[in-house]
Amino acid sequence: MKKMNDSFPEGVKDGIPIGLGYLSVSFAFGILAVGAGLDIWQAVIISMTNLTSAGQLAAVPIIAGFGSLAELASTQLVINMRYALMSVSLSQKLGENVRLRDRFLIAFCNTDEIFAVASGKEGSVGRHYMLGLALTPYIGWSLGTLLGAVAGNILPDVLVSALGVAMYGMFIAIVVPPSKKSRPTALCVFTAIAMSCIMNFVPLFEKIPGGFVIIICAALASLIFAIIAPVKDENEEVKENA
Amino acid sequence: MPDIMKFFIYLLVMAGVTYLVRMIPLVLIKKKVTNRFIKSFLYYVPYSVLAVMTVPAIFSATSYLISAVIGFAVALILSYMEKSLIVVASSACAAVLVTEIVMRYVVL
Repeated sequence: MKKMNDSFPEGVKDGIPIGLGYLSVSFAFGILAVGAGLDIWQAVIISMTNLTSAGQLAAVPIIAGFGSLAELASTQLVINMRYALMSVSLSQKLGENVRLRDRFLIAFCNTDEIFAVASGKEGSVGRHYMLGLALTPYIGWSLGTLLGAVAGNILPDVLVSALGVAMYGMFIAIVVPPSKKSRPTALCVFTAIAMSCIMNFVPLFEKIPGGFVIIICAALASLIFAIIAPVKDENEEVKENA
Repeated sequence: MPDIMKFFIYLLVMAGVTYLVRMIPLVLIKKKVTNRFIKSFLYYVPYSVLAVMTVPAIFSATSYLISAVIGFAVALILSYMEKSLIVVASSACAAVLVTEIVMRYVVL
Protein backbone atom coordinates (compact mmCIF):
# COMPACT_ATOMS: atom_id res chain seq x y z
CA MET A 1 0.00 0.00 0.00
CA LYS A 2 1.37 3.36 -0.95
CA LYS A 3 1.75 6.11 1.58
CA MET A 4 -1.02 8.72 1.72
CA ASN A 5 -0.29 12.23 2.96
CA ASP A 6 -3.47 13.77 4.24
CA SER A 7 -2.64 15.93 7.21
CA PHE A 8 -3.79 19.54 7.02
CA PRO A 9 -1.11 20.80 9.49
CA GLU A 10 1.60 19.01 7.54
CA GLY A 11 0.35 20.70 4.37
CA VAL A 12 0.44 24.08 6.07
CA LYS A 13 3.97 23.40 7.29
CA ASP A 14 5.16 22.47 3.79
CA GLY A 15 3.39 25.53 2.39
CA ILE A 16 5.07 28.11 4.63
CA PRO A 17 8.34 28.37 2.67
CA ILE A 18 6.32 28.74 -0.54
CA GLY A 19 4.18 31.44 1.09
CA LEU A 20 7.25 33.35 2.19
CA GLY A 21 8.78 33.05 -1.25
CA TYR A 22 5.54 34.26 -2.81
CA LEU A 23 5.47 37.22 -0.49
CA SER A 24 8.62 38.56 -2.15
CA VAL A 25 7.73 37.58 -5.72
CA SER A 26 4.23 39.06 -5.53
CA PHE A 27 5.72 42.12 -3.88
CA ALA A 28 7.63 42.64 -7.12
CA PHE A 29 4.40 42.09 -9.06
CA GLY A 30 2.58 44.70 -6.94
CA ILE A 31 5.30 47.24 -7.68
CA LEU A 32 5.20 46.52 -11.38
CA ALA A 33 1.40 46.66 -11.63
CA VAL A 34 1.11 50.00 -9.87
CA GLY A 35 4.10 51.30 -11.81
CA ALA A 36 2.24 50.45 -15.04
CA GLY A 37 -0.76 52.47 -13.86
CA LEU A 38 -3.08 49.93 -12.23
CA ASP A 39 -4.84 50.75 -8.97
CA ILE A 40 -3.76 48.99 -5.80
CA TRP A 41 -7.03 47.06 -5.52
CA GLN A 42 -6.74 45.99 -9.16
CA ALA A 43 -3.27 44.54 -8.59
CA VAL A 44 -4.53 42.66 -5.52
CA ILE A 45 -7.64 41.27 -7.20
CA ILE A 46 -5.57 40.06 -10.16
CA SER A 47 -3.35 38.12 -7.75
CA MET A 48 -6.30 36.73 -5.81
CA THR A 49 -8.03 35.41 -8.91
CA ASN A 50 -5.08 34.26 -10.99
CA LEU A 51 -2.38 32.98 -8.65
CA THR A 52 0.29 32.79 -11.31
CA SER A 53 3.50 34.77 -11.63
CA ALA A 54 4.51 34.80 -15.28
CA GLY A 55 0.96 35.13 -16.60
CA GLN A 56 0.19 38.10 -14.39
CA LEU A 57 3.44 39.83 -15.29
CA ALA A 58 2.64 39.46 -18.97
CA ALA A 59 -0.94 40.67 -18.52
CA VAL A 60 -0.12 43.99 -16.88
CA PRO A 61 1.21 45.78 -19.96
CA ILE A 62 -1.67 44.41 -22.04
CA ILE A 63 -4.30 45.66 -19.59
CA ALA A 64 -2.58 48.98 -18.99
CA GLY A 65 -2.13 49.48 -22.74
CA PHE A 66 -5.74 48.62 -23.68
CA GLY A 67 -4.64 45.49 -25.54
CA SER A 68 -7.28 43.28 -27.15
CA LEU A 69 -9.03 40.53 -25.22
CA ALA A 70 -7.80 38.05 -27.81
CA GLU A 71 -4.22 39.09 -27.14
CA LEU A 72 -4.76 38.77 -23.40
CA ALA A 73 -6.43 35.36 -23.71
CA SER A 74 -3.82 33.93 -26.06
CA THR A 75 -0.93 35.24 -23.97
CA GLN A 76 -2.40 33.64 -20.86
CA LEU A 77 -3.08 30.41 -22.70
CA VAL A 78 0.45 30.12 -24.01
CA ILE A 79 2.26 31.17 -20.83
CA ASN A 80 0.07 29.04 -18.61
CA MET A 81 -0.18 25.96 -20.81
CA ARG A 82 2.50 24.37 -18.65
CA TYR A 83 -0.12 24.07 -15.91
CA ALA A 84 -2.07 21.65 -18.08
CA LEU A 85 1.00 19.43 -18.12
CA MET A 86 1.32 19.83 -14.36
CA SER A 87 -2.36 19.11 -13.78
CA VAL A 88 -2.05 15.89 -15.75
CA SER A 89 0.88 14.95 -13.54
CA LEU A 90 -0.89 16.05 -10.34
CA SER A 91 -3.99 14.03 -11.26
CA GLN A 92 -1.85 10.94 -10.72
CA LYS A 93 -0.72 12.08 -7.32
CA LEU A 94 -4.10 12.75 -5.72
CA GLY A 95 -5.34 10.24 -3.15
CA GLU A 96 -8.61 8.35 -2.89
CA ASN A 97 -10.40 10.91 -0.70
CA VAL A 98 -10.09 13.73 -3.25
CA ARG A 99 -13.61 14.35 -4.54
CA LEU A 100 -14.61 16.00 -7.77
CA ARG A 101 -15.34 19.31 -6.08
CA ASP A 102 -11.94 19.21 -4.37
CA ARG A 103 -10.37 18.87 -7.78
CA PHE A 104 -12.03 22.11 -8.89
CA LEU A 105 -10.46 23.85 -5.91
CA ILE A 106 -7.05 22.16 -6.06
CA ALA A 107 -6.81 23.05 -9.77
CA PHE A 108 -7.07 26.72 -8.89
CA CYS A 109 -4.08 26.39 -6.55
CA ASN A 110 -1.90 24.36 -8.91
CA THR A 111 1.05 26.73 -9.10
CA ASP A 112 4.59 25.75 -10.09
CA GLU A 113 5.76 25.54 -6.48
CA ILE A 114 2.68 23.91 -4.95
CA PHE A 115 2.81 21.38 -7.75
CA ALA A 116 6.52 20.79 -7.21
CA VAL A 117 6.17 20.24 -3.47
CA ALA A 118 3.14 17.95 -3.91
CA SER A 119 5.05 15.97 -6.56
CA GLY A 120 7.97 15.61 -4.19
CA LYS A 121 5.90 13.91 -1.47
CA GLU A 122 6.27 10.17 -1.19
CA GLY A 123 3.05 8.33 -2.08
CA SER A 124 -0.19 10.17 -2.75
CA VAL A 125 -1.56 13.47 -1.42
CA GLY A 126 -5.05 13.86 0.04
CA ARG A 127 -7.48 16.76 0.06
CA HIS A 128 -6.60 18.02 3.55
CA TYR A 129 -2.91 18.04 2.77
CA MET A 130 -3.45 19.88 -0.52
CA LEU A 131 -5.70 22.52 1.01
CA GLY A 132 -3.20 23.06 3.84
CA LEU A 133 -0.37 23.27 1.32
CA ALA A 134 -2.19 25.93 -0.73
CA LEU A 135 -3.24 28.10 2.22
CA THR A 136 -0.07 30.04 3.05
CA PRO A 137 1.01 30.52 -0.58
CA TYR A 138 -2.42 32.01 -1.35
CA ILE A 139 -2.21 34.41 1.57
CA GLY A 140 1.43 35.21 0.79
CA TRP A 141 0.68 35.87 -2.87
CA SER A 142 -2.26 38.20 -2.13
CA LEU A 143 -0.64 39.99 0.80
CA GLY A 144 2.69 40.44 -1.00
CA THR A 145 0.90 42.03 -3.95
CA LEU A 146 -0.86 44.44 -1.60
CA LEU A 147 2.37 45.37 0.18
CA GLY A 148 4.25 45.82 -3.10
CA ALA A 149 1.45 47.89 -4.60
CA VAL A 150 1.28 50.13 -1.52
CA ALA A 151 4.96 50.43 -0.66
CA GLY A 152 6.56 49.72 -4.02
CA ASN A 153 7.35 53.21 -5.15
CA ILE A 154 9.18 54.04 -1.94
CA LEU A 155 11.52 51.09 -2.40
CA PRO A 156 14.87 51.74 -4.05
CA ASP A 157 15.50 50.18 -7.50
CA VAL A 158 18.29 48.07 -6.14
CA LEU A 159 15.89 46.21 -3.81
CA VAL A 160 13.34 45.68 -6.57
CA SER A 161 16.07 44.25 -8.78
CA ALA A 162 17.16 41.86 -6.01
CA LEU A 163 13.59 40.59 -5.55
CA GLY A 164 13.55 39.71 -9.24
CA VAL A 165 15.48 36.49 -8.58
CA ALA A 166 13.31 35.23 -5.70
CA MET A 167 11.07 33.12 -7.90
CA TYR A 168 14.01 31.60 -9.77
CA GLY A 169 15.72 30.85 -6.47
CA MET A 170 12.71 28.76 -5.49
CA PHE A 171 12.71 26.93 -8.79
CA ILE A 172 16.40 26.10 -8.39
CA ALA A 173 15.77 24.83 -4.86
CA ILE A 174 13.12 22.46 -6.23
CA VAL A 175 15.14 21.18 -9.20
CA VAL A 176 18.63 20.69 -7.76
CA PRO A 177 18.11 18.18 -4.90
CA PRO A 178 16.40 15.48 -7.04
CA SER A 179 18.94 16.11 -9.80
CA LYS A 180 21.69 15.37 -7.31
CA LYS A 181 20.13 12.03 -6.39
CA SER A 182 19.09 10.86 -9.83
CA ARG A 183 21.43 11.09 -12.78
CA PRO A 184 18.71 10.84 -15.47
CA THR A 185 16.86 13.70 -13.76
CA ALA A 186 20.00 15.83 -13.88
CA LEU A 187 20.58 14.98 -17.54
CA CYS A 188 16.95 15.75 -18.35
CA VAL A 189 17.30 19.13 -16.64
CA PHE A 190 20.50 19.92 -18.59
CA THR A 191 18.86 18.87 -21.85
CA ALA A 192 15.85 21.08 -21.14
CA ILE A 193 18.14 24.03 -20.33
CA ALA A 194 20.20 23.50 -23.48
CA MET A 195 17.02 23.49 -25.58
CA SER A 196 15.73 26.55 -23.78
CA CYS A 197 18.96 28.46 -24.50
CA ILE A 198 18.87 27.45 -28.15
CA MET A 199 15.25 28.55 -28.49
CA ASN A 200 16.00 31.84 -26.77
CA PHE A 201 19.21 32.77 -28.54
CA VAL A 202 19.06 31.29 -32.05
CA PRO A 203 17.41 33.90 -34.28
CA LEU A 204 15.48 31.23 -36.20
CA PHE A 205 13.26 30.65 -33.13
CA GLU A 206 12.83 34.22 -31.99
CA LYS A 207 9.25 34.48 -33.23
CA ILE A 208 8.07 31.65 -30.97
CA PRO A 209 6.32 33.12 -27.89
CA GLY A 210 7.99 32.44 -24.54
CA GLY A 211 5.13 30.31 -23.26
CA PHE A 212 5.47 27.94 -26.19
CA VAL A 213 9.22 27.75 -25.69
CA ILE A 214 8.60 26.45 -22.16
CA ILE A 215 6.16 23.77 -23.27
CA ILE A 216 8.17 22.65 -26.29
CA CYS A 217 11.47 22.34 -24.40
CA ALA A 218 9.99 20.76 -21.28
CA ALA A 219 7.82 18.29 -23.15
CA LEU A 220 10.64 17.32 -25.52
CA ALA A 221 13.23 16.82 -22.76
CA SER A 222 10.74 14.82 -20.64
CA LEU A 223 9.79 12.74 -23.67
CA ILE A 224 13.41 11.90 -24.50
CA PHE A 225 14.17 10.82 -20.94
CA ALA A 226 10.92 8.90 -20.57
CA ILE A 227 12.17 6.85 -23.53
CA ILE A 228 15.84 6.45 -22.64
CA ALA A 229 15.54 6.43 -18.84
CA PRO A 230 12.07 5.31 -17.72
CA VAL A 231 11.60 5.55 -13.96
CA LYS A 232 11.31 2.43 -11.83
CA ASP A 233 7.80 1.17 -11.14
CA GLU A 234 6.17 1.95 -7.79
CA ASN A 235 9.14 4.01 -6.83
CA GLU A 236 8.65 7.74 -6.56
CA GLU A 237 12.42 8.40 -6.79
CA VAL A 238 12.18 11.91 -5.40
CA LYS A 239 12.22 12.58 -1.71
CA GLU A 240 10.48 15.45 -0.04
CA ASN A 241 12.18 18.71 -0.94
CA ALA A 242 10.86 21.14 1.66
CA MET B 1 -6.13 52.98 -17.63
CA PRO B 2 -9.24 50.99 -18.52
CA ASP B 3 -12.41 51.92 -16.62
CA ILE B 4 -13.80 49.56 -13.98
CA MET B 5 -16.12 47.70 -16.33
CA LYS B 6 -13.37 47.11 -18.89
CA PHE B 7 -10.97 46.07 -16.15
CA PHE B 8 -13.35 43.37 -14.93
CA ILE B 9 -13.72 42.02 -18.45
CA TYR B 10 -9.92 41.79 -18.71
CA LEU B 11 -9.85 40.11 -15.31
CA LEU B 12 -12.50 37.59 -16.26
CA VAL B 13 -10.71 36.60 -19.47
CA MET B 14 -7.35 36.34 -17.78
CA ALA B 15 -8.49 34.41 -14.71
CA GLY B 16 -10.83 32.26 -16.81
CA VAL B 17 -8.14 31.10 -19.23
CA THR B 18 -5.64 30.47 -16.44
CA TYR B 19 -8.18 28.46 -14.43
CA LEU B 20 -9.45 26.36 -17.33
CA VAL B 21 -5.92 25.35 -18.30
CA ARG B 22 -5.34 24.07 -14.78
CA MET B 23 -8.80 22.64 -14.17
CA ILE B 24 -9.66 20.65 -17.28
CA PRO B 25 -6.89 18.02 -17.04
CA LEU B 26 -7.24 17.68 -13.26
CA VAL B 27 -10.99 17.10 -13.42
CA LEU B 28 -11.01 14.89 -16.52
CA ILE B 29 -8.16 12.56 -15.63
CA LYS B 30 -9.24 10.55 -12.62
CA LYS B 31 -7.72 7.17 -13.37
CA LYS B 32 -4.18 6.27 -12.43
CA VAL B 33 -1.88 6.03 -15.40
CA THR B 34 -0.27 2.59 -15.37
CA ASN B 35 1.73 2.96 -18.55
CA ARG B 36 5.39 3.15 -17.52
CA PHE B 37 6.33 5.47 -20.38
CA ILE B 38 3.64 8.03 -19.51
CA LYS B 39 4.48 7.75 -15.82
CA SER B 40 8.12 8.46 -16.61
CA PHE B 41 7.20 11.41 -18.80
CA LEU B 42 5.09 12.87 -15.99
CA TYR B 43 7.90 12.30 -13.50
CA TYR B 44 10.32 14.42 -15.58
CA VAL B 45 7.83 17.21 -16.36
CA PRO B 46 8.11 19.31 -13.19
CA TYR B 47 11.90 19.44 -13.29
CA SER B 48 12.21 20.18 -16.98
CA VAL B 49 9.50 22.87 -16.81
CA LEU B 50 11.10 24.67 -13.89
CA ALA B 51 14.58 24.39 -15.45
CA VAL B 52 13.37 25.87 -18.73
CA MET B 53 11.60 28.69 -16.89
CA THR B 54 14.75 29.54 -14.96
CA VAL B 55 17.43 29.44 -17.63
CA PRO B 56 18.09 31.76 -19.36
CA ALA B 57 15.32 34.03 -17.94
CA ILE B 58 17.09 34.51 -14.59
CA PHE B 59 20.00 36.26 -16.33
CA SER B 60 17.78 39.14 -17.36
CA ALA B 61 15.79 39.31 -14.12
CA THR B 62 18.02 41.90 -12.44
CA SER B 63 19.59 45.25 -13.35
CA TYR B 64 22.98 43.77 -14.21
CA LEU B 65 24.00 40.45 -15.74
CA ILE B 66 26.78 40.00 -13.20
CA SER B 67 24.45 40.28 -10.20
CA ALA B 68 22.12 37.72 -11.74
CA VAL B 69 25.04 35.34 -12.31
CA ILE B 70 26.09 35.68 -8.68
CA GLY B 71 22.50 35.20 -7.46
CA PHE B 72 22.21 32.12 -9.67
CA ALA B 73 25.48 30.69 -8.34
CA VAL B 74 24.42 31.25 -4.71
CA ALA B 75 21.07 29.53 -5.36
CA LEU B 76 22.83 26.57 -7.02
CA ILE B 77 25.29 26.09 -4.18
CA LEU B 78 22.69 26.36 -1.41
CA SER B 79 20.20 24.11 -3.16
CA TYR B 80 22.98 21.57 -3.73
CA MET B 81 23.41 21.66 0.03
CA GLU B 82 19.64 20.98 0.17
CA LYS B 83 18.71 24.16 1.99
CA SER B 84 14.99 24.98 2.12
CA LEU B 85 13.11 26.96 -0.54
CA ILE B 86 13.02 30.09 1.54
CA VAL B 87 16.74 30.00 2.43
CA VAL B 88 17.75 29.49 -1.19
CA ALA B 89 15.40 32.19 -2.53
CA SER B 90 16.23 34.82 0.07
CA SER B 91 19.99 34.18 -0.12
CA ALA B 92 19.88 34.57 -3.90
CA CYS B 93 18.08 37.91 -3.44
CA ALA B 94 20.58 39.00 -0.81
CA ALA B 95 23.50 38.09 -3.10
CA VAL B 96 22.00 40.17 -5.92
CA LEU B 97 21.40 43.06 -3.54
CA VAL B 98 24.95 43.08 -2.20
CA THR B 99 26.43 42.79 -5.70
CA GLU B 100 24.36 45.67 -7.03
CA ILE B 101 25.12 47.89 -4.08
CA VAL B 102 28.82 47.26 -4.60
CA MET B 103 28.51 47.94 -8.33
CA ARG B 104 26.51 51.13 -7.96
CA TYR B 105 28.12 52.79 -5.03
CA VAL B 106 31.61 51.33 -4.79
CA VAL B 107 32.82 50.33 -8.25
CA LEU B 108 31.05 52.92 -10.37
